[in-house]
Amino acid sequence: MRNIISGNEAIALSFSDSGGVFASGYPGTPSTETLEEVARLGRVYCEWAPNEKVALEAAIGASIAGGRALATMKHVGVNVAADALLTLTYTGVNAGLVLMVADDPAMPSSQNEQDSRNYAKFAKVPLLDPADSQEAYDFVREGFDLSERFDTPVMLRTTTRISHAKGVVTPRERIEPKIAPWARDVPKYVMLPNFARIRHVTVEERLLALQEFAETTSLNRVEPRDRSLGIIASGVCYQHVMEACPTASVLKLGLAHPLPAGKIREFAGAVDRLMIVEEMDGIFEEQIRAMGIRVDIGKDKIPLCGEVSADIIRAAIGESVAVATSPVENLPQRPPTFCPGCAHRGLFTILSKLKAFVSGDIGCYTLGALPPMNAMHSCICMGASVSAAHGMAKVNEIAERSEKPVAVIGDSTFFHSGMTGLLSMAYNNPNALVVIMDNRTTGMTGGQENPGSGKLLQGSEARQVDMVTLVKALGIDQVAEFNSYHLAEAEAAIRKGLETPGPYVLIDKNPCILRYRVQRPIRVVNQDACTGCRACLKVACVALGLTAGGEKPKVRIDPNICNGCSVCAQLCKFDAISES
Amino acid sequence: MNVFNIVIAGVGGQGVLMASKVLAESALAGGLDAKQNEVHGMAQRGGSVISFVRIGEKVHSPVVTPGTADMLISFEPLEALRYAHYLKPGGILVYNTVTINPSTVASGMAVYPADVEEQIARVRPDARGFDALAVAKEAGNAKAVNMVMVGAVMADLPLDPAIVTGVVGEISKGKGVEVNLRALAGGAAA
Repeated sequence: MRNIISGNEAIALSFSDSGGVFASGYPGTPSTETLEEVARLGRVYCEWAPNEKVALEAAIGASIAGGRALATMKHVGVNVAADALLTLTYTGVNAGLVLMVADDPAMPSSQNEQDSRNYAKFAKVPLLDPADSQEAYDFVREGFDLSERFDTPVMLRTTTRISHAKGVVTPRERIEPKIAPWARDVPKYVMLPNFARIRHVTVEERLLALQEFAETTSLNRVEPRDRSLGIIASGVCYQHVMEACPTASVLKLGLAHPLPAGKIREFAGAVDRLMIVEEMDGIFEEQIRAMGIRVDIGKDKIPLCGEVSADIIRAAIGESVAVATSPVENLPQRPPTFCPGCAHRGLFTILSKLKAFVSGDIGCYTLGALPPMNAMHSCICMGASVSAAHGMAKVNEIAERSEKPVAVIGDSTFFHSGMTGLLSMAYNNPNALVVIMDNRTTGMTGGQENPGSGKLLQGSEARQVDMVTLVKALGIDQVAEFNSYHLAEAEAAIRKGLETPGPYVLIDKNPCILRYRVQRPIRVVNQDACTGCRACLKVACVALGLTAGGEKPKVRIDPNICNGCSVCAQLCKFDAISES
Repeated sequence: MNVFNIVIAGVGGQGVLMASKVLAESALAGGLDAKQNEVHGMAQRGGSVISFVRIGEKVHSPVVTPGTADMLISFEPLEALRYAHYLKPGGILVYNTVTINPSTVASGMAVYPADVEEQIARVRPDARGFDALAVAKEAGNAKAVNMVMVGAVMADLPLDPAIVTGVVGEISKGKGVEVNLRALAGGAAA
């Protein structure tokens, strides 16, 4: 039956249809829905891991034990899992193993724009690059076949426009899962130097065999059309090429690593001008130039940053791009912001007031860096809030500065990789404050379960890890809870944390209002009492607004949007905001 | 037929994705090819959301490029203005006139343009704006604005309205079916 589904849903469906046995991953846009869909389909065991390294390692274990395994993550997740990946390539697999990684060109939801194809080259593993939902479906099955045939992990790489774009998919005949014998093969799976030296040779031989395969596989196909222009592309770039240059000849690469040198040489020789269209890095171009093949149009015209579009391709071949009208200028921006009623609003209102240096982390709370809060001063990667605050504290100590850095991190990010940083704090004793916003969900990616939420991926009951117990177990003695909705209490707690020497942890346990559907009585502004001083507007809540007209417009609260948290009311010196 | 390009704009939480799903599923039910795509993630937190639906015999790219949209459906007037340049000459613009403050306005850093509807009319003289929230409330749920907006453009789509109505009926859950069908009809009559 034909469905119109996203690339992520197609991958999940194909995994369930292709003898999949075990899936694990960590939420991360744009990869998240893949594992959620495996759970919704309900045919294959799947779970959230606390981070991507754990997810991939669990998938390796599943493969060794004989079950086809899938690990899912976003591009930066592979950095976390890279330690496992770079040696997994040596051991190879028992049952097939596919690592699905979702890149995020133009970064609608990421902290960098890294190109995962580099990892395939680095790890010397095959990489499949689907161009739509149907290929996403087909390439999962192809990936398992390749994995088992060549004894290798296979990377299945998507980009945001593949993961989230919906297209028509016709599923194939379902393959029942078969569990292979649990492999006991010491020289293959125990990577002591003596065994690893032998396996490295195997890796190089495998890559040569894969190169031969790349020459003949239907994954890489030539679409001969007009010979004056030949274009090499993979993934969503192929679709943009088809929009921009429907008459050009195309070499479409489904297997984006290793490249078919012979096929490329033949294609290049058959066209007048050769163009390479690839998003982000010039990985194909670099390799194709190294083969001694002339590239006429490539990264000189196709940007290294951001997304490729049909218009960019048209401009690159010198076609004029029709611009109907230019965008209307000077409109108020509409950036993402804390939800009305979010617990982070109170915390950042206080941190902004105290002018503390905030070492931030990945999650909804990163939005605290934006105006008018301006209350975050660094944010690098998952877990870095704690470790970076530690480093700052040590330099402060050396420089004899009294200021104490504040790390802000959420529960899921803390479980992911904040815990080890905090262990270092317990061990190395910095003068730093850590605030854990334990809202019991993985909020920014849409509210996924985690070890602190008390629920499994499927929604069934699970052991709920207690944050205070965990922090104490890591060796931190000074731990206190606070309530960020109560500004005076929160300020007193944070001041105490800043004034007490040594590592200090504050935990806010208010749940995510979006995930847990919290609604408190909404607030109203007494228009007679409001002086229009705008003190409440500092909380940056979209429920607030100024009434039109007048010399000093007054504040009103939109009853359709207010969540009743009362943080704005606590900033009003004239008691003009109350429960309705 | 040529590919019919639709852009749906709005604010995170307004149900832009559900409206996009209805249009894409309707195309499939009508025997056509379709691709649908939007930006997820941080856009959910009250940010500007833009979604593309492309319908035709064969659709390649999931992306609508500026200046090529046959139709822009905006759930909020400021967002209609923000994405008006996606329309091709002669493209259709239908928008909800009910405003939602961006955080920049709510925090006093920017001013919501009081003449937003006049500005839209300057850019697109034949744009059609109406109070979709009132129609949704009439239908029984303020959150059904998305179905009202689908209803409002139904006659201009390269799709049979009966198919669209059937899809809304199929994918709405429980008690939502009646509200959504009323919202769709209300939008069509608006």
